[in-house]
Amino acid sequence: MTMTFKQQLITVGMIILATLIMRFAPFVAFPDNKPTPKFIQYMGKVLPAAVFGLLIVYCLKNVNILEGSHGIPELIAIVVTALLHLWKKQMLISISAGTICYMLLVQFVF
Amino acid sequence: MDTEEKVSFKVKAKILKRAAFVAFPHSLPILFGYGFLGLTYGILMSVNGFSPLFTCMMSLLVFGGSTQIVGVSLLTSAFDPLNSFIITFVLCARHIFYGLSMLEKFRGLGIKKIYMIFGMVDETFSINYSANPPSDVDRGWFMFFVTLYDHIYWIIGSTLGAIFGTMINFSTEGIDFVMTAMFVVIFINQWQKDKSHLSAVFGLVLSGASLLIFSAENFIIPAMVAIFLALTLSRKYLEGKVGDDNDI
Repeated sequence: MTMTFKQQLITVGMIILATLIMRFAPFVAFPDNKPTPKFIQYMGKVLPAAVFGLLIVYCLKNVNILEGSHGIPELIAIVVTALLHLWKKQMLISISAGTICYMLLVQFVF
Repeated sequence: MDTEEKVSFKVKAKILKRAAFVAFPHSLPILFGYGFLGLTYGILMSVNGFSPLFTCMMSLLVFGGSTQIVGVSLLTSAFDPLNSFIITFVLCARHIFYGLSMLEKFRGLGIKKIYMIFGMVDETFSINYSANPPSDVDRGWFMFFVTLYDHIYWIIGSTLGAIFGTMINFSTEGIDFVMTAMFVVIFINQWQKDKSHLSAVFGLVLSGASLLIFSAENFIIPAMVAIFLALTLSRKYLEGKVGDDNDI
């Protein structure tokens, strides 16, 4: 290892500091005792739907459509998860079935 | 929540117990997804020569999947604190969006709010924003316990990975898809609740486009900027659709 223990602790401190700033910033900027500006309230209402879309893309960011399995197992497993969820509306069933489907696909098919 | 001091200890214990009980099944997808990710992280740390205690402390104090995994490379390269700060800062930028979305839901929750903000990782945010616990459950404590369970799974997963990592020999390949599946399900739930799907479409399309233009490492910030701008420009239209009700 190239770092001394002390240097490691400083690095970890930096990671913690940056994480805390990002997590607490909105709550520090818009505290409980002051009314939140209308624009921020609007953002708080419409952002989540976009964020969930962003998170799906974030999970798939390392999928390469041009090489390997071309993202086909991901596509199939997402379709299975979505259809099952639209049909049964049972979160845990949709998630488990989608994951098992994906594991079978990457381990035995692709 | 102002009456909290007035309710007797017994009643409070009952509220806590109920919230802890109801929150547990909601945290199950995270037990598998995050538990496994933690295991992977623990193995990565042990391979790089870090002790299980160091790994455990990281999970306790940092609590962030992607942040800690990138942290391994930061800790194993040359000493550069400013670079470590900037990389983590950029990686955590999406938390600004989570915070803005949770401002109203976290309002007036007192001291436990500090822990809930600290522990608002992708998974905790998603569950806490979208879950609809029964009306007899205290929503604040429900969110607190979801956060606590996630934190515990992450700590246990990563510590176990650091201790036993090299001994695991059954194939868990693909189990990390559980996170993708969870976000797909939450996306659908949100879609069915929304009166307008414009924001959801923005999220998928603009993030996808950003990923195509920039690399996997750099796409988040441009995606966030694009989403923010798109939502700002469509405020007139969306506010007419969503109306003034504060309900999700």
